[in-house]
Amino acid sequence: MSTTADPRQPNRAEQFTKNKQSRELRERAIEFVLFLAGFSSVAATLAIMEILISESVQFFQKVSIVEFFTSKDWSPLFEPPGYGILPLVSGTLTTSIVALVVAVPMGLIAAVYLSEFAGAKLRETVKPILELLAAIPTVVYGYFALLLVTPILQWLYSFIGPTLSNLLPNIFPVELSGFNMLGPGIVMGLMITPTISSISEDAMRAVPSNLREGSYATGATKLQTALNVVLPAAISGIMAAIILGISRAVGETMIVAIAAGLQPNFTFNPMDSAATMTAFIVQVSLGDLPHGTLEYQSIFAVGLLLVLITLVFNVIGYFLTKRFRESY
Amino acid sequence: MVEDVSSRILNSSAISPKAEVRNLDFYYGGTVHALKNINMMVPEHKVTALIGPSGCGKTTLLRCFNRMHDLYSGNRYGGEVLLDDINILDKKVDPIEVRMRISMVFQRPNPFPKSIFENVAYGLRVQGLTKRSAVDEKVEQALKGSALWDEVKDRLNDSAYTLSGGQQQRLCIARAIATNPDIVLFDEPTSALDPIATASIEDLVNELKQQVTILIVTHSMQQAARLSDYTAFMYLGELLEFNQTTILFNQPAHKRTQDYVSGRFG
Repeated sequence: MSTTADPRQPNRAEQFTKNKQSRELRERAIEFVLFLAGFSSVAATLAIMEILISESVQFFQKVSIVEFFTSKDWSPLFEPPGYGILPLVSGTLTTSIVALVVAVPMGLIAAVYLSEFAGAKLRETVKPILELLAAIPTVVYGYFALLLVTPILQWLYSFIGPTLSNLLPNIFPVELSGFNMLGPGIVMGLMITPTISSISEDAMRAVPSNLREGSYATGATKLQTALNVVLPAAISGIMAAIILGISRAVGETMIVAIAAGLQPNFTFNPMDSAATMTAFIVQVSLGDLPHGTLEYQSIFAVGLLLVLITLVFNVIGYFLTKRFRESY
Repeated sequence: MVEDVSSRILNSSAISPKAEVRNLDFYYGGTVHALKNINMMVPEHKVTALIGPSGCGKTTLLRCFNRMHDLYSGNRYGGEVLLDDINILDKKVDPIEVRMRISMVFQRPNPFPKSIFENVAYGLRVQGLTKRSAVDEKVEQALKGSALWDEVKDRLNDSAYTLSGGQQQRLCIARAIATNPDIVLFDEPTSALDPIATASIEDLVNELKQQVTILIVTHSMQQAARLSDYTAFMYLGELLEFNQTTILFNQPAHKRTQDYVSGRFG
């Protein structure tokens, strides 16, 4: 049995100090890399805001803010040009509202079903398929709206259109035009339904089972439990889901650019054709606009307003989520 | 030493049972035999305690009374639980009807994310009571019954989560008694509470037995001794002994019971 000691036993003080410096250096390097990764998204946001704001400032030097927010004429590419944003805002709001009218009920019903009624096996199968809907490119949705949904709507409308237009000729056209906000709005609703249902379902399933059992123990049915206990308990997650859905609807571009008609039109009637803010941006940026022109800068002014609108929704969402958060 | 053996034997004819358990078996997920041939009674207007070491099946037995096990698939009952001579485990019996007559208070307070008033009114509304004045009256009654009325009468519309843990548990008791059930099941109702809140819940249980029949699971032998009129001692899924609490604690028939109530294991 060998009893040879190590050739050199480091003394105790050395043991405690020898690795410190190199390790600290390594950790600082790692920390810096992580910081860069985290900062890159902040930097991108700041850069985007910088471009939007600087171009918008130049835009507003030539166009008055009052005209921008009050005029109902948006025709920057025509003579004489009009720079009133309201038609684009009305188009964006109308398509978004149609989308939410479709997506919120459908998404919530799907979430209630998946979380409270469906068996585990069915849920595990259906949920990924539903989420796949969110992976379809929006250009496909756009043509789906233009070539399938709108013709179906036109056919359905042909039964009631003539009667309705007799009663209220100002609101109801005799027949639905090939470009309208209803079709793309509905398709946009289908597109954001999985977002809303998936996040809401996660929130509902996170409701502790002792709340459910408390409800069942009073003699409540599954539906009563789902609607009166689980839904209110999950409300903060559901709010977050709806806000995310609104942001996606407001920012959606291809569907409305393809199927809503690209015509700035101050109207809240979903049966009219219209252009949204995003659709205008994509339409104008496709042409060859020279740098520095007013038309070119108008894109950035519209973009800035779009960012601000989504920001407002996100802030509202943040406060609603906080307001409704329950510590169960 | 002459032992009075006769006093150990439960005089069942002297009991007027609200519910009776006969040859009850229970299987979790169809395979785990969690309750084995249980026979016992739940005497009317008395407090009956279920005691035993962890995992002995006392909570499982309690949850048979309101068919909570039906909520999870694969669970299976055998034997009978009779409530007024009807076997509530029968497949033809609607578990929702059973739960309307046998309500439950849980281990941890579980108020709903609603106002104090709506929490108590929940069971009433579920059972179809809509008349505003009737709901108001029953909620007030229940809150008085659970000794919470004086503390909350000025803030009935506040969220139930503004209450302390002990108050929340009394709110859950109010919810459980608001519908005038036949039996209230308590599943270790004080295990999440401090000693003062525990004492107030125990006082409440004592009061409540005037109106309802109570079946309580507790892990605390002192609590069982203080509160209950009858006690069932369970061990490994079997009911070893069922008797008046004083007899079970002072002259247990089984060595295991003796060891448990004297604190030698458990």
